[in-house]
Amino acid sequence: MAGHSENVDSATLWSGGGSPFRLSYGKQMMWFFLISDALTFGGLLATYGYFRHQFGDWPVGEEVFNAMPFLGNGFPLLYVALMTFILIVSSVTMVLAVEAGHRLDKKGVIKWLTLTVIGGAFFVASQGWEWYHFIHGSHYGVILTPETMNDGWATIREVAGGGFSLDYGHGQLITDPALVSQYMAEPMGAIQGANMTENEYAPMIPQFGNLFFFITGFHGFHVLSGVVINLLVLINVRKGVYDERGHFEMVEKVGLYWHFVDLVWVFVFTFFYLV
Amino acid sequence: MLRDDLDMDHQYSLSANHDEEHGKAIRKKIWFVTALLTIITIVEVSIGAFVKQYDVGVANNFWPFVKWFFIILTLVKAGYIVLSFMHLGDERKNFRYMVLGPYFLFIVYLIFHLLTEASYWNEILHQ
Repeated sequence: MAGHSENVDSATLWSGGGSPFRLSYGKQMMWFFLISDALTFGGLLATYGYFRHQFGDWPVGEEVFNAMPFLGNGFPLLYVALMTFILIVSSVTMVLAVEAGHRLDKKGVIKWLTLTVIGGAFFVASQGWEWYHFIHGSHYGVILTPETMNDGWATIREVAGGGFSLDYGHGQLITDPALVSQYMAEPMGAIQGANMTENEYAPMIPQFGNLFFFITGFHGFHVLSGVVINLLVLINVRKGVYDERGHFEMVEKVGLYWHFVDLVWVFVFTFFYLV
Repeated sequence: MLRDDLDMDHQYSLSANHDEEHGKAIRKKIWFVTALLTIITIVEVSIGAFVKQYDVGVANNFWPFVKWFFIILTLVKAGYIVLSFMHLGDERKNFRYMVLGPYFLFIVYLIFHLLTEASYWNEILHQ
């Protein structure tokens, strides 16, 4: 029975009445799927909260994510804000596609759905760029230092007139050249960029990198699937599959999934970048 | 044989096809929500970029308020996406409660447990 609702007589199913939710089978099942997916993301973000509260000291979003494509560093949160904006806009174009579908306006659906696919593709590509930057890290990386100095690590920064200074936490600098070269000559270790076992943003918290890769990766994979699904529905719309059916409900169903992806990003954005 | 979801013309979402005039009102609401979400995002990013969590190593005492402000704005954004874009606000009340009720119950429970436990470990490890 399930999955073949077209074969079920309404008289059999609800004793002649309507579905208690006044909702089509397909949309209801999409909602059920989204609830389970939301629980998965909720669990992941709660885990993020767990580690963050356990360590107390956590990298600051605007210090880690401050690069712009082609422009280099010094633009805190700007690029991720652009990504977020594009994803929200692609959610808007999706609602407009659904609305056009309700008017049986095929041309409108094609226009708005195409824009949605483009926005989604831009977002996935941007996330790829973010990952690339996150994995490569800052220009000189960090060195591990004796425990007596802050938490045992410092970021190497270039000084304008030549030479280096050591930043051992949110702008606290060691500028004395003798001390800097002493630390840099015999570091207890060095880290540049990020991978699953160590990262330069929080050398004492490998979980920072793990959570970043897992949560943004899982979300990015959702966006990628969403783009593919939207593309398939777009092809169907062009072929006239939904004209024959007399309704564009499929656009509404994939729309629900697409808004959900946007919804998750709103939370990921807040907890990874802003707070 | 009728599909149960194609039956009952005026109550099902499938039959929610509307005319141009009705569409205008819906689009107006969509653009309103768009503007709202954009403004919230701009406010969030400006605050995030200009209010520093640390001033040369010293924690900003004002930050916890900013943090809660962010979380509230996020919930507002999420509310508009779910209720307006995902149309949940216009579904039947019983469906709305069925989706949101169990979810909030479970997630609030999970967050409470994990954060309580984590804060306890933080105390132990940083004594």
